[in-house]
Amino acid sequence: MFARTVFCLFVFRFSPVTIRLKSIKNIQKITKSMKMVAAAKYSRAERSLKPARVYGTGAMALYEKAEIKAPEDKNKHLIIGVSSDRGLCGAIHSSVAKAMKNEIAKLLGAGKEVMIVNVGDKLRGLLYRTHGQHILINCKEVGRKPPTFTDASIIATELLDSGYEFDQGSILFNRFRSVISYKTDEKPLFSLDTVANSENMGIYDDIDADVLRNYQEFALVNIIYFGMKESTTSEQSARMTAMDSASKNASEMIDKLTLTFNRTRQAVITKELIEIISGAAAL
Amino acid sequence: MMAARFLLRRAVPALRHARCYADAPAAQMSFTFASPTQVFFKEANVKQIDVPTLTGAFGILPAHVPTLQVLRPGVVTVFNDDGSSAKYFVSSGSVTVNADSSVQLLAEEAVPLDSLDLAAAKANLEKAQSELGGVSDEAARAEVLISIEANEAIVKALE
Repeated sequence: MFARTVFCLFVFRFSPVTIRLKSIKNIQKITKSMKMVAAAKYSRAERSLKPARVYGTGAMALYEKAEIKAPEDKNKHLIIGVSSDRGLCGAIHSSVAKAMKNEIAKLLGAGKEVMIVNVGDKLRGLLYRTHGQHILINCKEVGRKPPTFTDASIIATELLDSGYEFDQGSILFNRFRSVISYKTDEKPLFSLDTVANSENMGIYDDIDADVLRNYQEFALVNIIYFGMKESTTSEQSARMTAMDSASKNASEMIDKLTLTFNRTRQAVITKELIEIISGAAAL
Repeated sequence: MMAARFLLRRAVPALRHARCYADAPAAQMSFTFASPTQVFFKEANVKQIDVPTLTGAFGILPAHVPTLQVLRPGVVTVFNDDGSSAKYFVSSGSVTVNADSSVQLLAEEAVPLDSLDLAAAKANLEKAQSELGGVSDEAARAEVLISIEANEAIVKALE
């Protein structure tokens, strides 16, 4: 009789409710710690974003002030998509991939040739099946450590060495707006020829081809660096928000399951008591 | 002389307003000097900047002719409005002077000159010069040459 009570409660300990409760509690611990890690990485990324933004806007100042526009009839386009390798950060990767797909469709519809550079493994995963033939370069190991100028220069070097002579291009990244919001943004890239032949370049004094080429290569690295910095900050803030929501959802589920668990536990005990009492009464 | 050159270039596109030397603009220069990790000046008003470029060192004042240049390892001197000056050592980068007198000086690496150590620079220079004899690969040779040039510039700047 006693052994049967113990046996019932033993079975109860491993009922579906208790197993589920335990696993959700573990998941909540994990998402909470991921949120704290993302918060720490986010504050570091935001601090280093401030000088990077001044640097990036300085690098693009020439193109804006000289109002350099690429001629419409040029055919070879390049799209650089900046994201990262790791998930669990909300819609970061899918928003960049969606913007890239729209751009590609628009350019192909206008009869242009398009190649893409994926910075981040997640983008490769999202794009290789449908647009695999347009992929020029894939970059991995992005997002584990904060991006440096060296990383951006490696990407730029690979791009320039690849031999794809693009006429114009754009870089798509998530621009950081605030802790809870980011926006997928696009900045233009210009080729050497476009800049050299642009009408406003005449006012710039004393430029020879060599200097302009060095300048362009440096500017390319600067823009890629700027995109990567903004992207990291957006990603960490999005991961923080996502893990926070996940922890809250897990808390709700834990509350509901705990209620169910207690009710079930009380029901089992009551059933045992009734059986014991009615058994004793029968004697 | 610089003002005359400026006026000559400006006169050609649009003779909108006749200008004489008397009312040459007291243009303010919006100076931005940054490296990827640090901002030294952001849209500041300074009097003059001396920059070392591949084609030689030159000074930039407000209303300088628009130009694009690439930097070489050397010292950038910034003269403030109150007469004080600050020196920085830059490794490489670019400088843009726009038509509206804004200057963007983007350096790949830039440090204030007093944070450099002369003895360490001399030691690095000697090491690089001794390595020059040993390398045959073109890329490695280029790296050693760059190291020599940069260290020579640091030593020259600190002496």
